[in-house]
Amino acid sequence: MSEAGTLEKIAPADRQRAFVPSPRWLFGLVLPVGAAVLYEITARFGLFEARLLPPPSRVFAALWELAVSGELLTHVTATLLRVAFGFGLGAIAGTLLGALTGSSSAARRFLDPTLQALRAIPSLAWVPLFILWLGIFESSKIALIALGVFFPVYLGVMGAIANVDRKIVEVGRAFRLSRWQLARRILLPAILPDYIVALRSGLGLGFMFVVAAEIMGASEGLGYLLVDGQQLGKPAQILAAILCFAVLGKVLDWLLVLGTKPLLTWQDSFARTV
Amino acid sequence: MLTLDRLSKIYANGTQALSDVTMGVAPGEIVALVGGSGCGKTTLLRLASGLEQASGGRVAVDGDIIAAPHPDVGIVFQEPRLLPWLTVAQNIAFGIEHLPKAERDARVDEALLRVGLAGYGPRWPRELSGGQAQRVAIVRALVARPKVLLMDEPFSALDALTRASLQDHLLALWEAHRPTLLLVTHDVEEAAALADRAIVMQPRPGRVFKDIPIDLPRPRDRLSHDFAEAKRAILAALDGSLGNPHSSPTRISAPSGASW
Ligand SMILES: Nc1ncnc2c1ncn2[C@@H]1O[C@H](COP(=O)(O)OP(=O)(O)OP(=O)(O)O)[C@@H](O)[C@H]1O
Ligand SMILES: [Mg+2]
Repeated sequence: MSEAGTLEKIAPADRQRAFVPSPRWLFGLVLPVGAAVLYEITARFGLFEARLLPPPSRVFAALWELAVSGELLTHVTATLLRVAFGFGLGAIAGTLLGALTGSSSAARRFLDPTLQALRAIPSLAWVPLFILWLGIFESSKIALIALGVFFPVYLGVMGAIANVDRKIVEVGRAFRLSRWQLARRILLPAILPDYIVALRSGLGLGFMFVVAAEIMGASEGLGYLLVDGQQLGKPAQILAAILCFAVLGKVLDWLLVLGTKPLLTWQDSFARTV
Repeated sequence: MLTLDRLSKIYANGTQALSDVTMGVAPGEIVALVGGSGCGKTTLLRLASGLEQASGGRVAVDGDIIAAPHPDVGIVFQEPRLLPWLTVAQNIAFGIEHLPKAERDARVDEALLRVGLAGYGPRWPRELSGGQAQRVAIVRALVARPKVLLMDEPFSALDALTRASLQDHLLALWEAHRPTLLLVTHDVEEAAALADRAIVMQPRPGRVFKDIPIDLPRPRDRLSHDFAEAKRAILAALDGSLGNPHSSPTRISAPSGASW
């Protein structure tokens, strides 16, 4: 009995700590900002061919120009909408099929070989077919992105379910959980950390494929800015678009991590100790 | 009343883990199951809990045949097996979700108090010591008020001092509703401290070797002569079950002058 009381107040304090904002994230900016400044300086001294590799000041100027004309917003919105739809479809399909093959060995034997064979096909190989089937507008682009997102999510969910500790599942059985309750109260929380990682890699691939889709033919989107910059010989515009990809990808990934962090405070993992 | 009737188990790989085990445990009785490693104690518990299917014979609680996990039968494993994403209080309430919240909270708080963990409800399992986690696991099984509680070496991972204190906690919990307790242990002292009867098992194939009553009043004085006597009786039977007439282990002496 003596242990109670004195220690009970420690736990809530520990839980709070995760949400206290700290300037530690600024640390991650040191490398990219430092590199940009260094390049700007060396470019000023004419050490590089600034026409093909424009210094940050010119990239930002190009970005600013696109921003004030309103063009940037159009392109960013177009790209984000494609990623959103493609990611949504791919993640839902990957989650459902991964849950099915992960939790039923019959479904795994039936479906998984086919899906793995499809995965072996480089996704870009589908482009001509998608264009024939779905036309050159939004549907074929979204289909390509969804396909890219599908496989990492599918594999992640299937693997995570198959790896859930048998001993913990047995606790659920001992308390007579139904199949559905077992999925909701044991399997879902148990796979959550792996699932989030799968979604993050899915999102990364979503951005990869949106570029592919937009390069192959689009009248708007960040990928279009890339092609346009190449054809008109505007490397600053290309770099501006690349910068947008980096920032958008990073911010969305960060939002995903931030949004799911409260669900994972229970974790007893290596990462929280270093 | 928990009854095992000519229970046998042959695993898929052909191992005969149990052969014709018959025993009865009266309501509220505490029985310790002891025996050498591999004599089928865990197997017996898994069959009694309905987590595993028998190859022959049957298990029943008050006439109800146990073929799958049953609300009247609780089980505590060798490891705590707490769900890491639930707090201590949520873990304890895991098996009583169907009860109204007020009743659930009351049971959880009372249970935490009884095992000396009052105020630990909001903690995560990773914030507990091994002994605390095992107390939570025991309480998780008990708050569902099973008629029969099965325990598989619940204290074996703990040091002797913690073990003795957890045995006292267990008796305190048992006092409240007096479930039937079937407890597997390797520890003769534990059997003598807790049980009304010690059932000694014999390996290859697993079967009952000897049934030893322990008629000592509770609370038991671990230093008393009678307690030592009970321990000696169990130990002698244990030796007999392993086929050693004398209790001295075989010594293999290194060849003299060995130089490696
Ligand atoms: N899943 C399994 N498949 C095949 N054989 C098994 C399985 N589980 C246990 N056995 C075998 O059944 C026998 C009894 O095992 P069991 O785990 O019940 O022993 P135990 O008495 O609990 O031993 P210990 O005291 O070491 O825990 C052993 O010979 C073991 O090898
Ligand atoms: Mg065992």
